[in-house]
Amino acid sequence: MTASPYVLSLRHISKRFGALIANDDISLDLKAGEVLALLGENGAGKSTLMSILFGHYVADAGEIEVFGQPLPRGNPKAALAAGIGMVHQHFTLADNLSVLDNVLLGSEPLWLPFSRRSAARQKLLDVANRFGLPVTPDARVGTLTVGERQRVEILKALYRGARILILDEPTAVLTPNESEALFDTLGQMVAQGLSIIFISHKLAEVLRVSTRVAVLRSGKLVAQAAAADVTQAQLALWMVGHGVNAPQKKPSTHVSSEVCVIADVSTDTKNRERLQQVSLTLRGGEIVAIAGVSGNGQTALAELLCGTQRATSGSVQLLGKPLPPSPEQLVAIGVARIPEDRHAIGVIGDLPVWENALSERLRSATFSKWLWVRRRTARAHANRIVERFDVRGGGALVPTRSLSGGNMQKLILGRALLAPDGMPAARLIIAHQPSWGLDISAVAFVQQQLIAARDAGAAVLVISDDLDEVMVLGDRIAVMHSGRLTDARPSSDWTRESIGLAMAGAKP
Amino acid sequence: MRLEKRGESSAILMLIAPVAAIAVTLVVTALLVLWAGAPVGKTYVLLLQGGFGSVFALSETLTRATPLILTGLAATVAFKARLFNIGAEGQLYVGALAAIAVGGLHGGTGLEWSPWIVFPLMMMAAAMAGALLLLGPALLKTRLGVDEVVTTLLLNFIVLLLVSAMLDGPMKDPTAMGWPQSVALNGELELSKLIDGTRVHTGLIWATTLAVMLWAIFKYTTVGFSIRAVGANARAAAFAGVPVTGTVVLVAMLSGALAGLAGAIEVAGRTNYVTLDMSPGYGYSGIVIAMLAGLHPIGVLAASVFVAGVLVGADSMSRAIGVPTYIADVIVATSLLSVLVATLLTQYRVRLK
Repeated sequence: MTASPYVLSLRHISKRFGALIANDDISLDLKAGEVLALLGENGAGKSTLMSILFGHYVADAGEIEVFGQPLPRGNPKAALAAGIGMVHQHFTLADNLSVLDNVLLGSEPLWLPFSRRSAARQKLLDVANRFGLPVTPDARVGTLTVGERQRVEILKALYRGARILILDEPTAVLTPNESEALFDTLGQMVAQGLSIIFISHKLAEVLRVSTRVAVLRSGKLVAQAAAADVTQAQLALWMVGHGVNAPQKKPSTHVSSEVCVIADVSTDTKNRERLQQVSLTLRGGEIVAIAGVSGNGQTALAELLCGTQRATSGSVQLLGKPLPPSPEQLVAIGVARIPEDRHAIGVIGDLPVWENALSERLRSATFSKWLWVRRRTARAHANRIVERFDVRGGGALVPTRSLSGGNMQKLILGRALLAPDGMPAARLIIAHQPSWGLDISAVAFVQQQLIAARDAGAAVLVISDDLDEVMVLGDRIAVMHSGRLTDARPSSDWTRESIGLAMAGAKP
Repeated sequence: MRLEKRGESSAILMLIAPVAAIAVTLVVTALLVLWAGAPVGKTYVLLLQGGFGSVFALSETLTRATPLILTGLAATVAFKARLFNIGAEGQLYVGALAAIAVGGLHGGTGLEWSPWIVFPLMMMAAAMAGALLLLGPALLKTRLGVDEVVTTLLLNFIVLLLVSAMLDGPMKDPTAMGWPQSVALNGELELSKLIDGTRVHTGLIWATTLAVMLWAIFKYTTVGFSIRAVGANARAAAFAGVPVTGTVVLVAMLSGALAGLAGAIEVAGRTNYVTLDMSPGYGYSGIVIAMLAGLHPIGVLAASVFVAGVLVGADSMSRAIGVPTYIADVIVATSLLSVLVATLLTQYRVRLK
């Protein structure tokens, strides 16, 4: 062993993609037995830096030392062998294999005639006991909860002898209670001498769990500090570079009549996510926020109201009439839809911004006559959206793919909320994970727009697995679990704890 | 070695890419020419002269390009919506059969009515026949998720057997002395020649007009938007309210109709009757042309003339210098591969470790 107090040293790492400098001369050290939080907005360079560390990318310049030894570049196997383990945000598990099989996958030589399963099982249980991560080796991964799957991911890394663990946004998929359990586990692992890099953009949990914080902004390391010495406000300032005004929201003043009444709705059992006898009433001038761990039926509810899924029983009334069956008709009567996954279903990346701005209203009289698209009107409308919603990235003619996530979301917001001349303003707004993956200033912008729409009299439904967002936006809050929805109660009736319990399925 | 995405594709690269692709093609095929023991420079000159060097050569090239434009458009419209129609060859043949069924001398309706009525009927029948042949695979794809590559490809062989049966049965030419060919088209229905003494016919104008129309449809109409949207991202298109299934079915009809018209125009412009070898794989070449053109209808015109010129030029070159005509297939195939690689390299850079 060398005398160096550091288990991992990144020295002057730089990486550029074309004109974009993803990492700019970053030097960072990790001490034995500490939790280092790597904080930064989307696009700040966190993922690139970790991909270089793990050998998925080759740095343009710079060196990495692990336990005093230089790490070969661009070689994931070497990184594994050096004791670096990575737990990705999106799990890399095979659902139809057992926990043990998943852990063994790729860790055994291919040419052994028999896999040494009993020895492996014992080793897995030993590792699990040592770090306080109980598992059932023979359970099929497909039957596990999200929290348990994450445990398997961590065990996979530990089983291979990882001594430096990188966790990429580990709490994004967890309930508040599961997150707490994870933080306890991290504490145990550190006590056993492991070192951890914890990637996140949530300030509160960063301060809760880490010993030291490093902040990246636009590819540069802008600050490092002991977690005990900084405040959330200071971290936010470092992350964004300037102060951000949190969205201002007054309680809703005049709640008007019922806009949308969902009564006893269930959806198809063939779908993985389904609704079971969900009832909810949305009124004008009010935001109803739905909390829940994603995958509990939120997608089914959003798709139902966006016109891409049918109810198998129950009824949905919109402005006193049955919900029209197609997205086109929904948009025509003033339903504004902000889908969950902006890349996959929100926009068509290969088409230019202006065509995406018109796509929902293609066959309306405003934008087409017979078969002909009114290109000039459509472009003028797109320019208005670009201007009013501050969509940056090259104007209305560039391919939508080239926009950043935040600007893409602004485009979707503008398309949904800015009705072209002669068409009704939004009466009902369905926003599914509206600020997912956005940086702090874009989140504030999106939330402000939703609040403004509410104040203008629209009924707003926000579906989010971000508890902070639910608390900020919701005039009334309901919680979804296994396809069932609690009553929507005024937000003052809820606490973080009671929402967390309901998210885990406890009866109120 | 690994590929990394470029931040932005530069304008210079976009210009260099096609030039580099052609250069690579010429170098690769030069090796084969050398292997055949012929002088490279002279071979290329002869090939160019044979394809484009005289009025006659050019007219032959344009004659060959006419069906290629139509099958190229058929592939373009289908691939644009990610409907992978490999069956243009079969659709071309059923179009040709339909043309003879309506406009043939014996047993058709040709003799009784004016050609002003029969000619449009004949073209519509051919388009309809091609469209209906692709409708089956399209419905199987949208309803049951059956892979259209398999169904359309296999239909080609079924259609060839159908043609064979027709040429030996109901459409058999009694004057052909056992030669497998159909009855001839009514002479009044033939397309007139563009230049006297050559074979190039007004079908070229039809094909060019259709290319421009398809370009306008893509660019200016709601249907064109729907096709491009469904091809680029079907889920997002469905979310925005584009009728995905309807669009795919419509695209199938358009694509099949274009390939069917290719058959009818070949019959009316060049062959006058259906034979089993009337198409040397025009349907398959259409796919290559569509890819070479980057699925752009106007690009299809240029790519068709290029491919036809290489094919025609290789014929006359091989008579003069003894390099087999297969060199034409190699040139076309190599150019496709190098264009695809060049396009890839405008978007990604290669990194050596």
